[in-house]
Amino acid sequence: MAYTPKQVFLNGIWQDNPIYRQVLGICSTLAVTNLLANTLFMCFGLIFTTALSNLTISLLRDYTPKRIRMIIQVLIIACYVMMVDIFIKALAPDIHRFIGPYVGLIITNCIIMGRAEAFASQNKPLLSLFDGIASGVGYSLVLIFIASIREPLGFGSILGITLPARDLWWHSWIIMVMPPGAFFMLGMFTWFARRWLTKEVKR
Amino acid sequence: MDQLQNMNFFVSLVLIFTSAAFTDNILLARFLGMCSCLAISRKVDTSIGLGSAVIFVTASTTALNFLVYKYILLPLGIEYLRLLTFIVIIAAFVQLLEMIIERFSEKLYYTLGIFLPLITVNCAILGIALFMLNKPYTFWQAFAFGAGGGFGWFLAITLIGGIREKTKENELPKGLEGPAITLIIIGIMALAFVGFSGMIKI
Repeated sequence: MAYTPKQVFLNGIWQDNPIYRQVLGICSTLAVTNLLANTLFMCFGLIFTTALSNLTISLLRDYTPKRIRMIIQVLIIACYVMMVDIFIKALAPDIHRFIGPYVGLIITNCIIMGRAEAFASQNKPLLSLFDGIASGVGYSLVLIFIASIREPLGFGSILGITLPARDLWWHSWIIMVMPPGAFFMLGMFTWFARRWLTKEVKR
Repeated sequence: MDQLQNMNFFVSLVLIFTSAAFTDNILLARFLGMCSCLAISRKVDTSIGLGSAVIFVTASTTALNFLVYKYILLPLGIEYLRLLTFIVIIAAFVQLLEMIIERFSEKLYYTLGIFLPLITVNCAILGIALFMLNKPYTFWQAFAFGAGGGFGWFLAITLIGGIREKTKENELPKGLEGPAITLIIIGIMALAFVGFSGMIKI
């Protein structure tokens, strides 16, 4: 299995997108997409963690005993997540209050464990770094897309700035920022993405 | 929150349990444990198996994590190590539990034990432990919160399993099968659970 960096990148972002193809990392997708600012911080944290944990796990892959590799991977990931957690807490305490637990949950985010297990434990460090970044970016694109629909519809604002339509004629759909709205949005998005992508493959 | 301290001990436990299970359902309102829920909820039997394992593990590890946080991490001033500590405690507990069950009861091992490895990576467990830190609970209250959260997850995944069993044979538009329709079903259930919100305020 030899991949070129370009293939790895496109696979992670498009063809094997973690969210709508592999259906991994759904928890945080649903939870943080009600405000675009939360989403951006979460995406930053996830890209940082997947990229660096993939790199580290790949560097250590020849020295890790097979039987305890899971616990070692979890510990490596946990170290990077702690860095992100402390960083966000220092930079944006208000946002941290809301997304704090979800940042901690990056540890159990299936995307990172999945990439570590499926890719980084078998491939060269640099390629694994690319793969981590690609998966993170694929995840981020979907999240940013969903958030930039949910926030304007639900609060009538984008990145916290009120859109002029809200004062004139728009009535916010509160349901969009509540849990059910998250499920509906992601469900619809998965539907459209899968339908469109299968067409692409046939051609 | 002050109310909670003045309240009768048992009443407060019941309130915390109900609010964790219904008004703040871990799966439908907090979105935790979605990955294993989407993967496992195809049948009611397996949903019940995984759900009961989750109830047991959340209740025990939340209590355990509470003790470790309060009596080890806080006095030493190393709260920032909480993520690392919690995940290690959960992984160790699950491993130990699997070994004990396998040793003592074969029947229990086949109904519950096969789901245990899945639980270490279930974010509901770590999530409940992290949410618990935001609230000024005592030991038994933390235990009730963990048990309630686990029960809420059990309830949600069993209901979803039931609906998915019924809709398995139905024809769906292309691309909607699998995760997409399940997410929309869960959305409708979440809508129903929104009805519980505001019932209990703590």
